[in-house]
Amino acid sequence: MGDENFDAIVIGAGPAGIACAYTLAKQGKTVLVIERGDSAGSKNVTGGRFYTYALEMVDRGLTAEAALERKVTHEQIMMLSGNRAISVDYYDPSFNRVGGTAQSFTILRAVFDPWFAGKAEEMGATVVCGIRVDDVIEKEGKIVGVIAGGDEMYANVVVAADGVNSFIAQKAGLIKDIESHAVAVGVKEIIELPAQTIEQRFNLKSEEGAARLILGCTEGIHGGGFLYTNKESISLGAVFMPEEVARHGRSLPEMFQEFKMHPAICPLLEGGKTVEYGGHLVAEEGYRGIPKKLYREGFLVCGEAAGFVVNLGYTIRGLDLAVLSGLAAAKAILEAASPAKVGPAYMQQLEAVKLLPIMRALDGFTDALDIPNLFGTYPKVAADLFQKLYAVDGSVPDHLRKQIWGVVKGNKLTLRQLFADGIRGMKAL
Amino acid sequence: MNIDRMQTPELLSLNKFNVDEEEPHIVLDKEICARCEDKPCLVVCSAGLYKLDKSGGISFDYAGCLECGTCRIMCKDKGIVKWVYPRGTFGVSFRHG
Repeated sequence: MGDENFDAIVIGAGPAGIACAYTLAKQGKTVLVIERGDSAGSKNVTGGRFYTYALEMVDRGLTAEAALERKVTHEQIMMLSGNRAISVDYYDPSFNRVGGTAQSFTILRAVFDPWFAGKAEEMGATVVCGIRVDDVIEKEGKIVGVIAGGDEMYANVVVAADGVNSFIAQKAGLIKDIESHAVAVGVKEIIELPAQTIEQRFNLKSEEGAARLILGCTEGIHGGGFLYTNKESISLGAVFMPEEVARHGRSLPEMFQEFKMHPAICPLLEGGKTVEYGGHLVAEEGYRGIPKKLYREGFLVCGEAAGFVVNLGYTIRGLDLAVLSGLAAAKAILEAASPAKVGPAYMQQLEAVKLLPIMRALDGFTDALDIPNLFGTYPKVAADLFQKLYAVDGSVPDHLRKQIWGVVKGNKLTLRQLFADGIRGMKAL
Repeated sequence: MNIDRMQTPELLSLNKFNVDEEEPHIVLDKEICARCEDKPCLVVCSAGLYKLDKSGGISFDYAGCLECGTCRIMCKDKGIVKWVYPRGTFGVSFRHG
């Protein structure tokens, strides 16, 4: 790579890094993307779902070409308690108008990321895979390049889009290593099934998909399960707060297997073949988890390295925010009159592309999802209530009010507690 | 094929790994680990790679690591003396992700 000085070096070929590289290259800037995996996406694990508006903001029409799985037509929530299950299925054709761009798709990262990286290459960016960036190069208080694979490489701006563990932002002195309460750990199996089987089991037409989040499958630990239907596989996973796993004392992979075997989950997978097992951290603190400084001269932090993820309980947004942040970084680099102005311009662009306003508006969910009863007790209360409603054995039923009260007391809840959690939830949202 | 409970070694055998035999990316100081009372690594590792050996110490093999980082952030007594990403092209390569 010689003595070339790039306009930008991007670390990480995920959606944040590639959105940045694509946008810069399209405007004629010289961009080098350095990815440690064999290929883009090979180190990544997602739930996952991708909201298309972000890709359309990078370039109109990109979604139509994108390597995505199924358009999400069925939004589902499930609550488990013991061997019981409650399901909600929201179907809304307006999210997927014929001839329009579907609102969101299920996604596999080892499929999507190489496609997106290829698009950036078409624009003129250089994407180099299989090289780990080891450090940043600092000169007179500025970041001027990176050390990777024993080579020094220089650029006007280094963009760290290296994911949740962001060692590069740590090397640049912007963040400390992750605190255990700030993240959750997710595991996932990819289970192959014929497209037709998936469509029958989830009541889908061809190309349609379901996205499901599941409460009450984590043995009371903060976290939850997820299930996404891909073209010819199902992504089944669960996310846990590691601190609580340590206190709980049962191995995380074991708890996940227990969830997989749940009588309301397992039949959906029947006949399928597990082809991959992944694990990954995910930022859990939303807006308040964003580092205080996202830049220094010659250096920007993007994507999950910058904590750009929000968990809303009914959906999770990270990939769209990653793309927005990469776009914001590129716009800042393009518009800033001098290197010193790139950082402040990036902060302005994060507002302009609405990333920070979105995260600010959703900040309360972090508190709402911090209610401990949400992960074990409340799913059980809900299942107990349904049991009362649906159980018919010829006996004379109690008055409904008495039944509800019985369920509340049976779960050792007091009115005060219910009230307190209710207020907490309302205040948060 | 029936869906069944799977142990982590079986699950990990489905993945593609290119193990860096020369340079382990995670290194433990087993004396520190032996003294650690909590040993959170035994339960939080997504790949279930941390195990108790017969003498109550930690046995660990980095070969099946999914590179999530959970052990590092949960390691309170700092028995993990090195945790870096594997060198380029080494480690896990997800084919689906």
